[in-house]
Amino acid sequence: METTSSEKITSKDLATDQEVRWCPGCGDYSILKQVQTTIPELGIPRENIVFISGIGCSSRFPYYMETYGMHSIHGRATAIASGLKAARPELSIWIVTGDGDGLSIGGNHMIHILRRNFNLNILLFNNEIYGLTKGQYSPTSEEGKVTKSTPMGSVDHPFNPIALCMGADATFVARSMDRDPKHLQSILKRANDHKGSSFVEIYQNCNVFNDGAFEVFTEKSSKKNETLFMEHGKPLIFGDNNEKGIKLDGFMPVIVELNAGVSPNDLWVHDEHDRVKAGILSRFFDNPKHPNHLPRPFGVFYVEDRPCYEDRMADQIQQMTAKKGDGNLDALLSGRETWVIS
Amino acid sequence: MEKQNEVLDNVIIKFAGDSGDGMQLTGTQFTNTAALFGNDLSTFPDFPAEIRAPQGTLAGVSGYQLHFGSVEIFTPGDYCDVLVAMNAAALRANLKHLKKSGIIIANTDGFDAKNLRLAGVADGKNPLEDGSLEGYNVIKMDVTKMTRAALLDSGLGTKEIDRAKNMFVLGFLYWMYNRSMDHTLKFLNEKFASKTDVLNANLNVLKAGYNFGDTREEFTTRFTVSPAKMPAGVYRNMMGNQATALGLVAAAKKSGLQLFYGTYPITPASDILHELSKHKNFGVKTFQAEDEIAAICSSIGASFGGALGVTASSGPGIALKTEAMGLALMFELPLVIVNVQRGGPSTGLPTKTEQSDLLQAVYGRNGEAPIPVLAAASPSDCFYMVYEACRIAIEFMTPVILLTDGYIANGAEPWQFPKASDLAEIKVKFTKEKNSETKYLPYKRDEKLSRPWAIPGTKGLEHRIGGIEKQHETGNISYDPNNHEFMIRMRDAKVEKVADFIPDQKIEVGTSKGKLLVLGWGSTYGAIKSAVIKARNDGYDVSHAHLRYIKPFPKNLGELLYSFEHILIPEMNCGQLIKLIRDKYLIPAEGLNKIQGMPFAAEEIYSKIAEKLK
Ligand SMILES: Cc1ncc(C[n+]2csc(CCOP(=O)(O)OP(=O)(O)O)c2C)c(N)n1
Ligand code: SF4
Ligand SMILES: [Mg+2]
Repeated sequence: METTSSEKITSKDLATDQEVRWCPGCGDYSILKQVQTTIPELGIPRENIVFISGIGCSSRFPYYMETYGMHSIHGRATAIASGLKAARPELSIWIVTGDGDGLSIGGNHMIHILRRNFNLNILLFNNEIYGLTKGQYSPTSEEGKVTKSTPMGSVDHPFNPIALCMGADATFVARSMDRDPKHLQSILKRANDHKGSSFVEIYQNCNVFNDGAFEVFTEKSSKKNETLFMEHGKPLIFGDNNEKGIKLDGFMPVIVELNAGVSPNDLWVHDEHDRVKAGILSRFFDNPKHPNHLPRPFGVFYVEDRPCYEDRMADQIQQMTAKKGDGNLDALLSGRETWVIS
Repeated sequence: MEKQNEVLDNVIIKFAGDSGDGMQLTGTQFTNTAALFGNDLSTFPDFPAEIRAPQGTLAGVSGYQLHFGSVEIFTPGDYCDVLVAMNAAALRANLKHLKKSGIIIANTDGFDAKNLRLAGVADGKNPLEDGSLEGYNVIKMDVTKMTRAALLDSGLGTKEIDRAKNMFVLGFLYWMYNRSMDHTLKFLNEKFASKTDVLNANLNVLKAGYNFGDTREEFTTRFTVSPAKMPAGVYRNMMGNQATALGLVAAAKKSGLQLFYGTYPITPASDILHELSKHKNFGVKTFQAEDEIAAICSSIGASFGGALGVTASSGPGIALKTEAMGLALMFELPLVIVNVQRGGPSTGLPTKTEQSDLLQAVYGRNGEAPIPVLAAASPSDCFYMVYEACRIAIEFMTPVILLTDGYIANGAEPWQFPKASDLAEIKVKFTKEKNSETKYLPYKRDEKLSRPWAIPGTKGLEHRIGGIEKQHETGNISYDPNNHEFMIRMRDAKVEKVADFIPDQKIEVGTSKGKLLVLGWGSTYGAIKSAVIKARNDGYDVSHAHLRYIKPFPKNLGELLYSFEHILIPEMNCGQLIKLIRDKYLIPAEGLNKIQGMPFAAEEIYSKIAEKLK
């Protein structure tokens, strides 16, 4: 971010005196840890950091960060953060939201903050369930999901958060997971480094109401086959022994075996700045139970350089001030046409 | 021929036409000219909700009423002296508001067969010809024809030519009321600086209208309305929404805070946004959010960052903001919420006025959620009351609701504006140091029961705030039953404490005790004041008090109310202030209620006073 700190802080300095109250085993613990580990490396003075959340289990997050923080109302953290960033562009703002908070009740604000491109970070803890309200399906739960509110299975078609954000013209779109600390830390750093609204979807296990939702992507036994870790400039390779790759056949992604006939040079090379290809990658969203499904991508899908809202707002203020001079209250109060009564 | 000159002390003109006829502009131009001349005045624009309602129909009639005089003017007036009717629908819609023997200036072109049919006039009838307007002084002129004649060589198309019609009427009225055209000439020169042909067309038609009056023999009389005897000083013309915007800029400037205005367009509040967005050189940040929820939330975010967060809306937009108002009061951050009330419920009557959101402002939130509520009484009063709202919000670290309404938001009056240096100080102190030995206590209170404001960027004061019930002083989440009751009572006591820092309730007109007190709030001010002055002149023992602070009430209000035998409370709702008054003071106040989307006529209030005191 813009400001650097001379005094080094450690992850311990970021813990508060409040007892962390998530269920034992909840994926939120790991995310908290990765955030507390990463922030000291960013060189931002602690007093310039603000965590803002909505409502949900995930949204308890700010209480556990010894920075400035706000625990607000359901779905509105994005809107609150927009105002704060507009007023105080120099602050490092981190929004913490859930799949219900950020995509259901707060879905509208989410797409608008992304198109406006305030320079801040959005961490969406996706557990594909409403945790805090004890287990109803969420807008990311899969069709047919049996929950307390859907005893016969959900008939809602789920959102694909990454595709949604691409559609909203987000300038930084990434996915990571609670169970891969190193990867999550690296993505948090990338999000922070990006100037613009950085959207990070984090797969988070709710071991109480939706245990194992992301198991195939996180468990050692299946992870390498089911996930695709994207790196800019590198070919898309996955599989237990890195034996598989992705090629583009026109606009169709196909899985190919790497062997004597196909080398990594023949594969799709990931380019974070390619909007069309990022769009295709965002659609790697198959149900892992289906045969011939594509692996689920993790990492940075897309990055774009686009002016930030708060900067353009400040520009206009500067322009008008240059044209009209600093606001003079007496001149404003009298306006241009007055008359005198004597 | 020598023309007669008649001196009048006040005149009410209603400009009425199709919403495309430019009547709002015509009215505004005449208003500004009258203001610059030194008349006291009051205006009331009244337009259809549709931008271009079906042409020629009653639904499409747009009106602008102006009351100006050499005497004090408090309202746009009940019945007009002059009705400008650009078409048959305008005449039909407004005739009932014209005084007997009043003047009708009728554009005959707007009374052709088609317009008569659209206005719903019975087949074969034409009010201009069938004698039904007998008793009125009807001035017929074919404005369209004369406008076209004046612009024969302009090179403009018929459509553009016809657009200048309103200038003909304006020119004629300037002649009729002995007014200089200078203000409008200047206005046109600026407005059409880059379009010479349109500029010249408008100038020519304006002058043609003026000359029409001057040269035609049938017009024998001109009228003079001398400047009003108002307190000496410098004046300008001021509209309510504009005054609200300027009051916000002034409060920001005087407090040294950045003004952040988050809003979503809605009638009749949008003009505050339009006005504020012109003043970026004051560092004003305007944010047109995606909806009213985002609008108020963005303002809360800005306030957390140390800005003066403000939001405004109306009707359904205010409804959407209620959850976030509760959040702001739990956060205990400064926030000003302006409700420019309109007719409700739901979408209601978007362009009409009403006072039906008072109970919503006072009570309309989940939980025990007290918020100070203020109300502006007139267009220029919006300036002072929004300034007060900002002061209270900052000094008490609380959201504050200011109620205005469509009537005063769009109405205008002369304003003896203050000097910046005369405005009350608004003290802001951001906390820089810990307020206890060990740590920063975000909810430790001062003598006003207000909490400290420590903003991000302040080293060592990192803290978290939230909407969950919090522990006294530390602000940590607390579910303790006794703490909850303590905090509920504390937040209430804080709002009640505001009463120690607002002016006493004064008597507007009359005496501080007597038979009848007419107690009003908001935009009924002018109508009540006119009625009470008239009633007192007629010998009635009646006084007028007008509430600007509704939650909490001024401390002396009870004593004042108990000093009168009867209390009458006129409101443009089914009786909302009256509930608050009866509840708090246990007095048998009586209501006078009008819920027609229209302001009270002074006459209606006068009749009620006369009836009560007869
Ligand atoms: C206006 C409003 N509606 C409903 C709720 C109840 N509520 C609280 S959290 C929540 C869903 C949380 O789900 P998610 O955002 O996915 O967060 P998680 O608990 O899973 O982390 C709901 C419906 C509320 N607090 N406010
Ligand atoms: S309910 Fe689920 S998401 Fe919430 S704290 Fe427990 S495990 Fe975590
Ligand atoms: Mg969830």
